[in-house]
Amino acid sequence: MKIAIASGKGGTGKTTIATSLAHSLAGSIKVWYLDCDVEAPNGHLFLNPIFTEQVDAVIRIPQIQPESCTLCGKCVEVCQFHALAKVAKKILVFNQLCHGCGSCTWNCPEGAIVEIPNPIGVLEAGLTKHGIHFLQGVLTISEPMPTPIIRQLKKWKTPPAQALTLLDAPPGASCSVVETLRGADFALLVTEPTPFGLHDLKQMLGIVDDMHIPCGVVINRDGIGNDQVDKFLAEKQIPVLLRVPFSKELAEGIAAGQTLVDILPDYRQKLQHLFEEIIHLVKVSYAK
Amino acid sequence: MNIIISALEADLESPICERFGRAPYFLSVDTETMAWEAHANQATMRAGGAGVAAAQFVIDQKVEAVISGDFGPNAAGALRAATIAMYLFNDDTKTVNQAVELFKENKLANFA
Repeated sequence: MKIAIASGKGGTGKTTIATSLAHSLAGSIKVWYLDCDVEAPNGHLFLNPIFTEQVDAVIRIPQIQPESCTLCGKCVEVCQFHALAKVAKKILVFNQLCHGCGSCTWNCPEGAIVEIPNPIGVLEAGLTKHGIHFLQGVLTISEPMPTPIIRQLKKWKTPPAQALTLLDAPPGASCSVVETLRGADFALLVTEPTPFGLHDLKQMLGIVDDMHIPCGVVINRDGIGNDQVDKFLAEKQIPVLLRVPFSKELAEGIAAGQTLVDILPDYRQKLQHLFEEIIHLVKVSYAK
Repeated sequence: MNIIISALEADLESPICERFGRAPYFLSVDTETMAWEAHANQATMRAGGAGVAAAQFVIDQKVEAVISGDFGPNAAGALRAATIAMYLFNDDTKTVNQAVELFKENKLANFA
């Protein structure tokens, strides 16, 4: 089973919930943790894996062979990302706009395009002391495109069938989040009871609805802000699976790199219960 | 000479648009006859690559110069490679018409 943890708004506690959930379950089931927040992966700070493998994340970008190119412009026409432009007497390639999809190469009638590997970051894997298989993607600073590296991270290794895979999503509500959610059995949406939390929660709900992924909500920093998130969720009949109160003790522990389970052992049971509820919700949704 | 100006509306009296890649309209103007044509910019709604798409449009119109508030690195790279001159509005430029007049008077700065 695959559970993606997403939020829209940054800093709501995706990684806190994802790493704590991983920690709480690690003793009883096989857990794989994929840090898909490739622009700022920080799950490792809480789970402390020892990385033993590293590979380059590469996209293949076109290089036009001028001796074969007839300047027909087909490659420019088919590029959905406008990574190519046809100017006076040549085709320009904008490497940083290229998603490496290969459409230009496939569609070139002259076979005038060769693809050259362009490394945009690395994929890393290792084990934690609790036996969690930890994988993360790290996008090189100044590289603008996180989506291809997330796609590669998800394809890199195949967890055993009975394993639980937790995908820690990047913040926001754009392509990189959609790529993380793709193929997930459940979306755990972490929010906070503030207007910002609610605004982005609505965006996330729009996305998971569109992708037909069942979801539930964790309200973090419960007690701050206002009651609008609760009212909204009650109205939409979206289950609140866990509330984590706003507390200095938790904040201090998290700042020191501890999971909720490290800080308050009660959370082991709370998070295990959360997982059971998720299994139930997934079953109900598949029965429909 | 045929030039293109980024504009908010599809009219010669339109306010100029400071943005190039995501300008709502491009007005192509013949500076001798003042004949003009408005083109809706198809690149405005793109998630990425709007600058290159807009530059490609300008290049395909076979104009000699383009005037806007600024040019991003990708758009500027494409326009430069196509040897299309880039000019910037100045503080007096409010409408497309004014931009054309200031351009004719050589009062607009070249985008380097």
